[in-house]
Amino acid sequence: MSLLRDEGVVLRAQKLGEADRIITLLTRDHGIVRAVARGVRKTKSKFGARVEPFAHVDVQFFTRGSEFPGRGLPIITQAETLGAYGGRLALDYAAYTSGTAILETAERLTDHERGQPALQQYLLLIGALRTLAMGAHEPGLVLDAFLLRSLAVAGYAPSFVDCARCGLDGPNRFFSVQGGGTVCGDCRPAGSVVPSPETLSLLGALLTGDWGRADASEPRHRREGSGLVAAYLQWHLERGIRSLRLVERS
Amino acid sequence: MYEGVVQDLIDELGRLPGVGPKSAQRIAFHLLAADPADVRRLVHALVEVKDKVRFCATCGNVAESEQCRICLDPRRDVAVICVVEESKDVVAIEKTREFRGRYHVLGGAISPIEGVGPDDLRIRELMTRLADGVVTELILATDPNLEGEATATYLARLCKPMGLRVTRLASGLPVGGDLEYADEVTLGRAFEGRRLLDV
Ligand SMILES: [Zn+2]
Ligand SMILES: [Zn+2]
Repeated sequence: MSLLRDEGVVLRAQKLGEADRIITLLTRDHGIVRAVARGVRKTKSKFGARVEPFAHVDVQFFTRGSEFPGRGLPIITQAETLGAYGGRLALDYAAYTSGTAILETAERLTDHERGQPALQQYLLLIGALRTLAMGAHEPGLVLDAFLLRSLAVAGYAPSFVDCARCGLDGPNRFFSVQGGGTVCGDCRPAGSVVPSPETLSLLGALLTGDWGRADASEPRHRREGSGLVAAYLQWHLERGIRSLRLVERS
Repeated sequence: MYEGVVQDLIDELGRLPGVGPKSAQRIAFHLLAADPADVRRLVHALVEVKDKVRFCATCGNVAESEQCRICLDPRRDVAVICVVEESKDVVAIEKTREFRGRYHVLGGAISPIEGVGPDDLRIRELMTRLADGVVTELILATDPNLEGEATATYLARLCKPMGLRVTRLASGLPVGGDLEYADEVTLGRAFEGRRLLDV
């Protein structure tokens, strides 16, 4: 038995028994951690909103037995707020649904190596939630930027300019999910599509963080872009991201 | 693993909310040791509840006829609807004796991560109830946690253009919990201090 301290973002909070919750966090130093928050559903709980999704917390666990989950999940003994994004997001439905898809994707892309740090994904997540809560950009764009970058960190960086297969200098007209992004006329696999050049430019801007260019994009290119991002994401994950279907796009 | 019928019972009990494998086993052995008359009473109660209890056609609350006791009560104010997630929240609010209007039970909260969107709740039914203009105030009493707040935000945005006064339970309720755990005093105060939602 030992005490462990880390900082993390609450990704999920599932009901457990009468008044407890199982909290899933992406932590800075231990990757995904599932732990029990006792009594949180009682309105007098000392944890309250601190262990709700979107909360960025400094958290202390009491682990039982082996390091991280096995039989007995760790128990959360303390949680102090570092950043409270949930309250703000819950007041903006589009931001809330985009944020939920961000949390679900972060869990999916880091969950395979339980207990291993995923620092880049962690920093990406914090950045995305902060940006979303500030309301500086359209929520759907923040979501798509996060999806593209976290896929890139996971080793699935799509190409939006050069041919993903032969490296031919872009811009290339064709886009193939299986092919890894834009492809040239010679390399294009069956089923390649031809998105508008502005859409590919927008996606490139989102991947590199060029917000000036992304914010200036038109709704129809955002719509086409989010469709391509969703298809690309699904291709690389075994199961779909459930909350993506419920994201409210303007 | 136990043999046949005992294991079947443990499996069935284990499917109940909040009952883990250990608890299921404990309950099963309690039932095995219990007086047959007690067990028969339990079985009777289970069958009765499935036979007799339905959901109110108007508000979605548990009911023993087409409509629930509250919707049938002519003394209740038809101009105010209090929206809650579950029937058990109706019970909690009724205990405060603060509220004289009617209810609308959504059947949960919007939870994209669980795959629950607006179309999976009784929101369309709520819109139908609001259509005739009789209702002038909507009180959003979803749980004071993230999903409850997001659901309230969604509903407020949907209903505001209909010219309704839309309020949300507020002060007194610490965020992060379930409404059913609030004590009567806290919940009563939250009713007094409900605020206008500006979305
Ligand atoms: Zn090529
Ligand atoms: Zn009713």
